Order: sequence, then structure tokens, then C-alpha cells
Amino acid sequence: MSLISIAFKSIRQRALASTLTAFSVALGTSLMIAVLIANTIVTRAFDLQEFGYDLVIGPKGSELELVLNTVYRMAPPIENLPWRYYEEVKADKNIAVAIPVALGDSTEIGGFPILGTVVEYFFNEYAHGKKFQIDGEWPSHKWDAVIGSHVARVNGWKVGDPFHMVHAGQADHVHKEEFTIVGILKPTGTPNDRTVFVNLNGFFAIDGHEKPIDEAIAREAEFFGETPEQVRQFHARELAQYQKEVKEYGHAHTLPMLQKEVTSILVKMKFDPKNPTLSQSRAIGFSARLKEGFKAQAVNPIRPMQRLMDKLVGNIRILLMYLTGLIILVSGVGIFVSIYNSMADRKKEIAIMRALGADRMTVFSIILAESVALCVIGGLSGIVMGHGLIMLAGPVITARSGLLIDPFIFDPQELIIIPAMIILASLVGFIPGLTAYRTDVAENLSS
Amino acid sequence: MSLELKNIKKSYREPDGNILPILDIEHFQVGQAEQIALVGSSGGGKTTLLNVISGITTPDSGQVIIDGNEITRLPEAGRDRFRAERIGFVFQTFNLLTAFTALENVLLGMSFSRGKVDKQLAIDLLEKMGLGKRLSHRPSQLSVGEQQRVAIARSLANRPSLLLADEPTASVDPANQDTILKLIRDMCQEFGVSLLLVTHAMEIAEKFDRVARLKDFNAVLQTTA
Repeated sequence: MSLISIAFKSIRQRALASTLTAFSVALGTSLMIAVLIANTIVTRAFDLQEFGYDLVIGPKGSELELVLNTVYRMAPPIENLPWRYYEEVKADKNIAVAIPVALGDSTEIGGFPILGTVVEYFFNEYAHGKKFQIDGEWPSHKWDAVIGSHVARVNGWKVGDPFHMVHAGQADHVHKEEFTIVGILKPTGTPNDRTVFVNLNGFFAIDGHEKPIDEAIAREAEFFGETPEQVRQFHARELAQYQKEVKEYGHAHTLPMLQKEVTSILVKMKFDPKNPTLSQSRAIGFSARLKEGFKAQAVNPIRPMQRLMDKLVGNIRILLMYLTGLIILVSGVGIFVSIYNSMADRKKEIAIMRALGADRMTVFSIILAESVALCVIGGLSGIVMGHGLIMLAGPVITARSGLLIDPFIFDPQELIIIPAMIILASLVGFIPGLTAYRTDVAENLSS
Repeated sequence: MSLELKNIKKSYREPDGNILPILDIEHFQVGQAEQIALVGSSGGGKTTLLNVISGITTPDSGQVIIDGNEITRLPEAGRDRFRAERIGFVFQTFNLLTAFTALENVLLGMSFSRGKVDKQLAIDLLEKMGLGKRLSHRPSQLSVGEQQRVAIARSLANRPSLLLADEPTASVDPANQDTILKLIRDMCQEFGVSLLLVTHAMEIAEKFDRVARLKDFNAVLQTTA
């Protein structure tokens, strides 16, 4: 019989105590796994190392909120930007691409964020070197929509399905307009997977999305630092057309630019292959100019997310790692207590083995093997339990936070758990092993 | 010569500091495949003598020679290995491991020697003991007599040259005592194993051709043919 099988016999003999001990290790390990994976998920989700755009332009306010809204679709929009401002940005000679983004509404089923945008959004890289791929068509018509892979999976939607949207923050306000899914995006591993994209023209055409004329004039005047009259003069031609259509048909056929608003603009600066850093300088310059005037801000989304990661997420991660380390340590103490307490009852057993020819190192090794076996069984069970926990909790976390969770996610740091467990087991098994080593054979045989 | 003891002295220090002599054996030997009963009163040093012979305890002085090997010169690990490979032990209280089946207890008797664990030999031994259908029974599922038979099988599992039996029938009911004794003696004869059987019961000792007496106070071994 091998030492391991002798150790397992002993574990089996004390089945309840051994099970409870291994379970306490499993709990500690599963918690550690959960923390590691949560850390991986948060890092992958928020550690924005690559983003397809240089800047996110939005109303002045919190940089982080703007990024969480535009990039992650996890926060409500700060305010809106006039369409006229979008046109100006688009016309800037330093800007290669400007994509308007309108956010705020959500799907009636599943509550996924709705993003109104132009079809060009899909033709730009969403991350460095990564382009969108689709099953179906791009949303080039007014009531077309494209959905992310996660939305398709959770809602069970497919191409051709219609859906309604709910007005921002008002669960009982369902827009009557209906969009039809024309395409499903392939998984990107980004917030795009849990976003529903609608054609911006359709978004604007939804009843209640257009800003009333007077309110729009006041807002634009405030935004550009102009008088309402100056704004009226700027939009004189389209306002005249609008009034004519209202007079003739009772409503306007085309929405005037004045009534259109976006929540943010995704911008890519012009790139010069001869001077690769020029686009960064241009982005910094553009961002600095906005700080002086207007009521907008341009943010490189990587920076606020890095600050968030360093200052908040990083510290929480360290705290959680310390906590789980302590839990593992407590589990280790549990193993020590369990084995050490059993030693008093096992001295005769050890003496018998010694009488049969087992030397001191052999009985020491049997106790150590027992400790290692309990730790490894507990550790492996903990890994399974931890992943099971992630699988079970994943959909709930996604629904509550918007973070996408891969149920089969694996953190490379998990690889050190079992070796760490073996080291821990060797440490906690040492003293009970020493007790076995020092057992007086003659005395215990006759007891 | 299977076992030879020369000038073995062993004493214990009592709590009040006095030295209590336990063994003082000038010379004693057991021949190859010989069977000897060792009688002595309770507390007379019989078990200590078996511990000294098996290398579990070291004497204060003297030599223990088994199959030409002076085990008193060996380090502790060497004595352990020697015991694992050359000596079989049968205890008064059987000393079976409760978590192990009958077969596993016998296999355990082979596990600490360098030789390979021979499962078939273990099964054969248990079958010879009439326990062929009790292989997977735990000690708690066996009768007292059966438990001692498992212990006998275990003591022979490492193919020893010397079997030390410490009051092997003391815990067995009278009806089974003769059976157990016969089994031990027959098996030792069959395997050519020397037997030193310790007992305090004269009626058991009288069944042996050679009986040694361990006189309690002066601890001198005498042999009567």
C-alpha cells in the first residue's frame, strides 16, 4: 500500500471531520477564485487599453461619467450636444471621423441600452485592428436596428424580429415606434455585445425625442454663447421650411437640425503615418481648446478609466486579495486543528505501523500526505465551486451591472492555487507530522 | 541461528530516581525454525524483551543478533527496515487498523519493506487462516478469533525469519485459544519461521518442546528443554 492510500484511509476513517475540513478549504478557495475572476472581469471590462477612437466629446461634467455612458453604456447621459456642434466637429480639419451617439433609452425586454448612431459607426474599428462583423445587414434604414451578440442570446432575438424601446428612466413610457432587427453583431467582448444599435434617423423620429423649437433655440444659444436671435438667424432657412410644412401638413416631414441632439461624439483624429504621434498631439490640442470655450469636453477615455482602475478598483482588488488570503489561512488553521486533534487518538495506529516496520519519516510523510490531500481536495473543490458560483451569478451580475461575464473565464493566477495549497498543507501538517514522528512505539503499543 | 541475545541489560529509571532492572540476559538463542515459549509473570519484562529483540527499544548494553545481523548496531531507521523485512509481530490485542479491511491490514504488513506488495500472497495467507470470504471485512465486522487470525496473517506477510508473539491467545476465548496457537505454530513450521511466543499461561507454554522462563526480579533467562 502506498503512503497516499494509507493517508486516504485515515481521511476516510474520519469522514465527517475530513469533509468539514476540506469544505472549509473549498470555501476559502472558491472565494479566492471568485475574487480572481471578478478582478479579471473588471480589469478586462474597465482597463481600456485599446479603444477605436481618440476622443469622446460630450457635455461638460464628469469625465468618468461621460466614458461610462458613451463607452460602457452604464451611466445615464450627462446632457445633450446640439447637432450643429456635431456638424462643426465633423468639419474640423484635424478630425478624420466623427460619429454621433444618442443614448438614454433601453429595450422594453431585457432593459438593454439603445444607442442611436450612423452606419459609419460599424465601419470603424471598435478597438485597435478589430472591426465589427455581422450576421445580416447594417442598419442603413430609418427603423433598422442591429443587436449585440449578448442581447441576441439573452432575449432570443433574431434577424427580422421587431422590438420597442422604453424612454430613458421611465419604465412605463414605451415608445410606440417599432424597430426591426436587420443584423446581429458577432461577439466583440466589449459593451457593444450588450447594446442595441438603432439608426439615428429613426432615433430622432421617435415621438418625444425632438426638442421643442423654443427650448432648442435657448439651449443652443446657451451652448454656443449666442443670443436666441443669432440662433434663429443661423437656422433661418430650415426654420422657414419647418413652419411651412407645419402650416401645410400639420407636422414637419423632416426634423430640423435645431431639434436634433446627440449625447456624445466619438472622434478619431487624422493620422499621419510619417508622424504617428501627430494624431495624439491633435487630440490633446483639441481637448485643450474645448476647455477654454463651449460647454463641451473632449476626453481620451483611457485616462479616466486608468484613474478608476488605479485608485478604486486596484485598491478594492488588493483588499479582497488580502481578505481571501486570510480566509485561506483560517482554512489552513482548520486543517491543522483537525489533524492535530486526531493525533491523540492515532498514536496507537502510528505505533502499530512503526511496529510493522514503518520508520519515523514514513509516519511523518503519511500525516503530511493527509494534510496535502485534504488541502488539494478542498482546493480543487473550491476551484469548481468558485467557477460554479461565477456561472450562477454571471447572468445576475450582467443584468445588474452591464458587465459581460464569460462563464468559462479563467484567470492564470488560478494555476498557483494548488501549489500554494500544497505549501500551506505542508506547513500546517508539519507539527502533527512531528507528533507522529516522535510517537513512542513501546508506550503506545501497550496502551 | 535465527536469534541470539548476548549480555542484554535493560533498566528503567523510576520517577523517584531509582533504577529498576528489567532485563539481564547473559545468553539466549532461538534456532532456525525453532519454536520457544517464553513464560514470566506480569510486569516481568516479557514485552520489553520482545521490543528489544525487534529493535523497537534499545537495550542499555548487549547484542541482539538476528540471522547474523547485529541489529543493536543499526541506527533506528535501519532497525525499522530490518523489522519490516525480517520480523513478524502478533500482539495480545491484535492491533489491527480499524479503517483497513482484513486484506488491507495484511497488505500493510508488506508495505514498509523494500519488497513489492504481493496481494496474492496476502489473499493466500488469509485463505489459509480460513478468512477467504472475509477479505473486505473491517476488524469491527470480524469476531475476536477472526481478528487474531488476520493479525497472524499480517505477521507472516513480509515472509519473516522470526515471529514474535506477545500473549497471542490472551484476548481470545478459551475455545479459540488452541486453534489460534495451532495456527501460529503450523504456519511458522510451514514457512520455516522461528517463533518466540510470550505467555504467562503455563498450560500454553507446556505445549512447546522448549520453554524459557524470565525470572521476574533478577531478570535472568533460563531455558528448560
